[in-house]
Amino acid sequence: MPDVVLVDAGGSNIGSLRYALQRLGVDARLSSDATRIRAASHVILPGVGAAAPGMQRLRDAGLVEVLRALRQPMLGVCLGMQLLFEHSAESDTPCLGLLPGRVGRLAGDDHVRVPHMGWNALTPLRDDPLLAGMPHPAYAYFVHSYAAQPGACTLASATHGAMFSAVVRQGNVCGMQFHPERSAAVGARLLRNFISL
Amino acid sequence: MLTRRIIPCLDVRAGRVVKGVRFRDHIDMGDIVELARRYRDAGADELVFYDITASPSRRRAEAAWVERVARELDIPFCVAGGIRSVADARVLLHAGADKISVNSPALERPELIDQLAAAFGVQCVVVGIDSLRDDDGEWRVRVNAGDPAQTRALPRRTLDWIVEAQQRGAGEIVLNCMGSDGVRSGYDIEQLQAARVLCRVPLVASGGAGAVAHFIDVFRTADVDAALAASVFHGGVVAIPQLKLALATAGIEVRP
Repeated sequence: MPDVVLVDAGGSNIGSLRYALQRLGVDARLSSDATRIRAASHVILPGVGAAAPGMQRLRDAGLVEVLRALRQPMLGVCLGMQLLFEHSAESDTPCLGLLPGRVGRLAGDDHVRVPHMGWNALTPLRDDPLLAGMPHPAYAYFVHSYAAQPGACTLASATHGAMFSAVVRQGNVCGMQFHPERSAAVGARLLRNFISL
Repeated sequence: MLTRRIIPCLDVRAGRVVKGVRFRDHIDMGDIVELARRYRDAGADELVFYDITASPSRRRAEAAWVERVARELDIPFCVAGGIRSVADARVLLHAGADKISVNSPALERPELIDQLAAAFGVQCVVVGIDSLRDDDGEWRVRVNAGDPAQTRALPRRTLDWIVEAQQRGAGEIVLNCMGSDGVRSGYDIEQLQAARVLCRVPLVASGGAGAVAHFIDVFRTADVDAALAASVFHGGVVAIPQLKLALATAGIEVRP
């Protein structure tokens, strides 16, 4: 049984992720305690809100270096994924730097509305255990205004105006830009894949 | 590509789903989680829960049933009803709601939208607008439209309010066209088209759905991001699997 810790840095969607894990039979713990986080088998960094307050909360909780030093599988969800990159254009915020690349604002126009809100198709770009068993086509639920450009760590992309990273992984560091806890069977499968890493 | 969303709206009273003419003749439809699951299984993309007793009695929707839904449901849901402050919204978001929707309290105190967006991000903040065309041809907003006895017309033009709500931080607009609401003769395409021109964030059509063709029409001609409906789903007049099939056949992208 994996020992999953949800990093509790004051975000507001932690409950939903915890319930999603419970539906998979995993009783995840919420913690902002460095020792507890280091001892976990899997760490999830949730996040709703904005990059600058998100990073500030991690700094205030003394967790920036703790997260940078983790070697077990770690998953950033939505804003949590964006914080894994080097930098976010949202309030010009330096982030954790665990993944190469930068996060920029989605460009909207008359037909591309921002926030990107709703179910969008995932396009797999590489084989990876994190994407195992993903149906085709697979749809996931997104709600965000910023995203990382596709790069070497992109496992799956989605397109809203331009293409962006929907699922990323480099070594132990994983990210999902959508909300797996609200993406029905596809989300459950990807969360299960993560806790099986 | 982003798909168009189908959103059933469920009226909630004391933790149960009810239907009927609002505030009259309520019929108990069943347990909220059970109905939420049924709509999820049918292919609903999102659900809106409207606590019909919260707003008129000047209290917010209850957190207990919101948490129960959040535990069980694996699609997004929005909670509406009596949210008047950041503190109200926080309780419901912490209970697991993905979004909160504000309507009359935002008209009474527009800064509420700014405060909610600053506290939780625009992606959580839905502004619901009840709108009716007046005799002079202008669409204007209504407050307390959930309760006919308390409904009041405001001088504010609907299209002005759509612009202001976005400037203040609305991440999504639900435009409920009261003239077509409950009539089941189709969405108010003219008003939704006018709103679409000004609405840079996702726009949800509400009011008037009575047949599959109405959904096809509103997506095609008003380019809305989502279509919300209540009685047409609850009464079984339109089944979501058949609706989605028909939309896909008409070339409208939906989640299968």
